[in-house]
Amino acid sequence: MSLATTPLILSLSKDRTDEHRLRAFGLLPAEYEHIVRRLGREPNDVELGMLGAMWSEHCSYKHSRRLLRTLPTNGPRVLQGPGENAGAVDIGDGLAVVLKMESHNHPSAVEPFQGAATGVGGILRDVFTMGARPVAMVDSLRFGDPTDPRTMHLLHGVIGGIGHYGNCIGVPTVAGEISFDPGYAGNPIVNAMCVGIAPIERLITARASGPGNPLLLVGADTGRDGLQGAAFASNDDPEASHRGVVQVGNPFLEKLLLEACLAVLETGDVIAMQDLGAAGLTSSSVEMAARGGLGVEIDVSRVPQRETGLSPFEMMLSESQERMLLLVRSGSEATVKRHFARWDLHAEVIGRVTDDGLVRVLDDCETVAELPIALLTDDVPEYELQPGPPAVVLPHRDSPTDLRALLASPNLCSRRFAYRQYDSTVQANTVFGPGQAAAAVLRIDGTRKGLAVTTDCNPHYMLRDPRRGAQQAVAEAVRNLACVGATPVAVTDCLNFGNPEKPLVAWQLSEAVAGLAEACRLFDVPIVSGNVSLYNETAGRPIPPTPTIGMVGVIDDVSLAAPIGFRDKAVIVLLGLPAEGRPGFPRLDLQEERRLANLLRTLVSRRLLLSAQDVSDGGLAIALAECCFATGVGATISVETNLFSEDQGRAIVTCRPEDVDSVARLGNQEDVPVMTIGYAGGTRLEIGTAIDESVAGLEAIWAAGLA
Amino acid sequence: MEPTAARAAVVQFPGTNCERETVRALRAVECPVDLIWHADPFPPDAYSAVVLPGGFAHGDHLRAGAIARFAPVMAGIERFAQRGGLVLGICNGFQMLLEAGLLPGAMLRNASLEFRSEWVYCRVESTDSPFLRAASKGLVLKMPIAHGEGNYVAVDDEARVAMRYCDAEGNVSPGANPNGAQANIAAIQNEPGNNILGLMPHPERANDCLLGSEDGRLIFEALAAAVRQPAAV
Repeated sequence: MSLATTPLILSLSKDRTDEHRLRAFGLLPAEYEHIVRRLGREPNDVELGMLGAMWSEHCSYKHSRRLLRTLPTNGPRVLQGPGENAGAVDIGDGLAVVLKMESHNHPSAVEPFQGAATGVGGILRDVFTMGARPVAMVDSLRFGDPTDPRTMHLLHGVIGGIGHYGNCIGVPTVAGEISFDPGYAGNPIVNAMCVGIAPIERLITARASGPGNPLLLVGADTGRDGLQGAAFASNDDPEASHRGVVQVGNPFLEKLLLEACLAVLETGDVIAMQDLGAAGLTSSSVEMAARGGLGVEIDVSRVPQRETGLSPFEMMLSESQERMLLLVRSGSEATVKRHFARWDLHAEVIGRVTDDGLVRVLDDCETVAELPIALLTDDVPEYELQPGPPAVVLPHRDSPTDLRALLASPNLCSRRFAYRQYDSTVQANTVFGPGQAAAAVLRIDGTRKGLAVTTDCNPHYMLRDPRRGAQQAVAEAVRNLACVGATPVAVTDCLNFGNPEKPLVAWQLSEAVAGLAEACRLFDVPIVSGNVSLYNETAGRPIPPTPTIGMVGVIDDVSLAAPIGFRDKAVIVLLGLPAEGRPGFPRLDLQEERRLANLLRTLVSRRLLLSAQDVSDGGLAIALAECCFATGVGATISVETNLFSEDQGRAIVTCRPEDVDSVARLGNQEDVPVMTIGYAGGTRLEIGTAIDESVAGLEAIWAAGLA
Repeated sequence: MEPTAARAAVVQFPGTNCERETVRALRAVECPVDLIWHADPFPPDAYSAVVLPGGFAHGDHLRAGAIARFAPVMAGIERFAQRGGLVLGICNGFQMLLEAGLLPGAMLRNASLEFRSEWVYCRVESTDSPFLRAASKGLVLKMPIAHGEGNYVAVDDEARVAMRYCDAEGNVSPGANPNGAQANIAAIQNEPGNNILGLMPHPERANDCLLGSEDGRLIFEALAAAVRQPAAV
C-alpha cells in the first residue's frame, strides 16, 4: 500500500476560517469560533489537528454522549465501566473478565485485509492495556449484496485479515456473525470483540498520577500511516481520497508487545498504560492526563521514527499500530526498558506528567502546541439529535417455504468457509467453538468455571423497528448464553449507524439506544464498554441501523454446558410458545425471554439436557437442521405449521426419554410452555408432512452456500 | 546417552503462542517442566526432553521456522538431539525441526492456500519412537490442526512416517487430507534414532474430554514416562 507522504490539509488555504480547510480537520466554523474564544487566540496547525481529532465523533461521541448516558452501566460485578480502554467485571475466584468491542468499518471499506487486521489488533490492545490476557476473539461482519463481486472481495479480504492477525497472535476466534444486506454495499461493518481474563489485583487503568513521572512510548516506530484516522472514521465518505489513512498491522510485533506489557506489569512500576489507537499520541496522552485531572508534556523529537522528516503534526496524529504509552514511577525507567528489551522492543521516555492541566507538545526546545486538556476533552460541543421517524413502513416480506433454498441462502448457510480460517483452539481452553453450541464456551483455567460469548444483531429487524430490534438483539444474546447454561455478566456494544445529523438516522440511533437500555435493565446486565461508529454511508445512503451486542456469561461448572448437536434416541422438546407466524416484526416478549433463560439455565445445571439450541433466524426448521448437521443425527418432528417463523422466545432442547417429565415440571414452575415435538435418530430430517430430507443432502446444500 | 535430569523443557521464541498450554499439558501428566528462552544457551545436562511448541516464531517471517532455527538455544538442542535426546516439535516446532535439518523434508503452504483450523483424525503408523510407544499401530487419534503451512513434502523416503491424516474409521484418503501433505503425512520421526518427532496436529489442545478429545494426552504421557526413566531412552 502506498502511504501519503504529505498531509493534504497543510497545503490548503491559509485563511484560518476557510470552511474547506476546517472540514479537512473535521471541524465546523462554529466549533472553530468556540475554540478561538476559549483559547483567546487562533490555534496553530498542530493544535488544530489535535483538536480536530479529539473532537471527532470517534473520540468525543459528540452526537451520542447524551444517549449513552441513558445506558445501564452499573452492577454489583462491575469493576470498570465505560471510560477506560475496556470494561471489567468480577466473576469470582479473584478473577476479572475484561471485554470490549470496536468497529473498523471505514478502514475495511478501503482496504479490507489491513482494515480488519488492524481492527483485531486494536481491540486486543484495548484488553491487554487493562492488564488482562486476551482469551477470545469474536467478530460481527456485515456486507452488501453477496452476488456483487465487490462484496466478495471485501468479505474475503476481511476474513483473511482477521485470521492473519488473530492466528499469529495466538488468541482463538471462537464465534462470530456474517450477514448480508444491500444496505451495507460499499460500507461493510467489521466489529471485533475481545475478551480477556486477569487476576483482579492485576487490573490497571490509564489514569495518570504523580506529576513528574515519565511517559514511555513502547512498540512500533512512528510513521505516517493512519494520519487523521479518527476524523476519517467520522466522515461519511469512506471512498474519497483516503489512501494512507489505513494502517498496516504487524501481529508479530503486537504479540511481543502483549507479552512484554503483561510481564512488565508484574514489576509494580507501571502506574498507567494506554494503547495508541485513533488519534495516536494525541488521544492517548490527553486521555491519560484527563482521567487523572493532570497535564502532560510530550517531546516529539524523542519519538522513535520509522521515516525521516516527520513533522510534529504528523507525530502527534499518526495512527501507526502496535504502540503503547506507559506511565511509570520516576526512577524505574531503566528497569522497564530492560523488560521490553528482552522482547526486542525499545521503550523511550518521550514526556512526563505535569500538574498544570495542559497538554504541551515540544519539538526539542521549541513549544509547538499548548492546549488546555479540558478544551480537548470536556469542552467538546454536544449536539442534540433531531430525530425524525421514517415516512414509509417497510413492506411485508413473504414467509419462506423452501427449506433447501433457505439453507443455501447467504444469510443462513454454513459459515465454515470463514471460521475454518481462524484458529479457534489455540490456548487449549475452547470447549465449544464455532458451530458447536448456541454460544462459544471456554473453560477458565484454574477453576471449574466457563465463559460463554456471543454477538447478536439482526439488521432486518432493526430496519423494521430499531427499538424492538435492539431489544431482540439483547434477548437473543441472553438466550444464546442460557442455552449453554451461562448467566450473562456484561455487555459490550458497537453502535454502527449512518450520519446522525439526518433525522432518520438520529431517530434510529435514539430508538436503538432506548431499546438497548430497556432490555439490558430487564435482564440485569450492565453495558461496561463499547464504541460508536457513525457516518456509515455510501453515496448518501445510511447503512441499516446496526447496534451489535457482544455479551459474556459465566457457567459455574463448564462441564455441564450443552452443545447444539442431536444425539440418537433423544427426545426433542420445544420450550416457549409455539410460533404464530404473524407478518411484520416477530413476536418478542422480554418477560417471556427472561423466564425461558431461567428455565434453560436450570435445566443445564441439573444435567437434564443433552443439547440446546435457540430458535432465531430462519425459525424452527433451520434451528432443527443445524442441530442435525452438528452431529449428523436426524430427527422426526410432529410440528406442521409456521416452520420458518422467527417468533422469539423459543429454544429446542433434547433430553433422555426418562427426563421428559422433569423438564415439563420445571417448565411449568418457570411458566414456560414445554412441548415434546419429536425425537432424534436416523439419517433423515422429517418435519410434519412437509419435509423429509436426508441430513447429509441438506448439509451439502448448506455447506455449499458461500463456499 | 549420558543420564540427564528428569525434566522436560518447552522453548519459548518470540511469537511462539502455544507454550503455556504445552507446559500445562506436561504438568497434567506430572512431568517436571521448565519454560526456557530462545536467546539463552541450551543447558545440555538439565533436561532429558525438549518440546518446540506451536505458534508463529519470529512472525513466520521469511518461512515458518526459518529464523527460529538460528536462535542461540537451537545449537544446543541440535547437539542434544544428535546425542539421542528426545525432541518433540509441534506445528511451528515441527517446521523448525525441518529448517534445522533435524528432520528431513519441507513444508509448503496448504494446498487450499488458506489457513486451516479444524479437528482431524490421524492414524498411528509407527510406534518406534518413545512418543508413540504407548499407542498401537493403526490407532486413530482425534486432534485439532491450525496452520497455514502444513503441506509436507518428503525428500526421498528417508523419513519414517509416524502418523497420517485419515477419517474417523482410520481410512487414509485424499478427502481426509486437510493440507495436501504428501501421502497424508501428519507426523514424521528421524531414522534410525526415533528420538525426534515432528507433528502438525496439536496434542496439547486434545488432552481433556472437555475440549473435544483427550487423545493427545497419550503423547505427553509417553514423554513423561521417558523423562522419568531417562536410562530407558
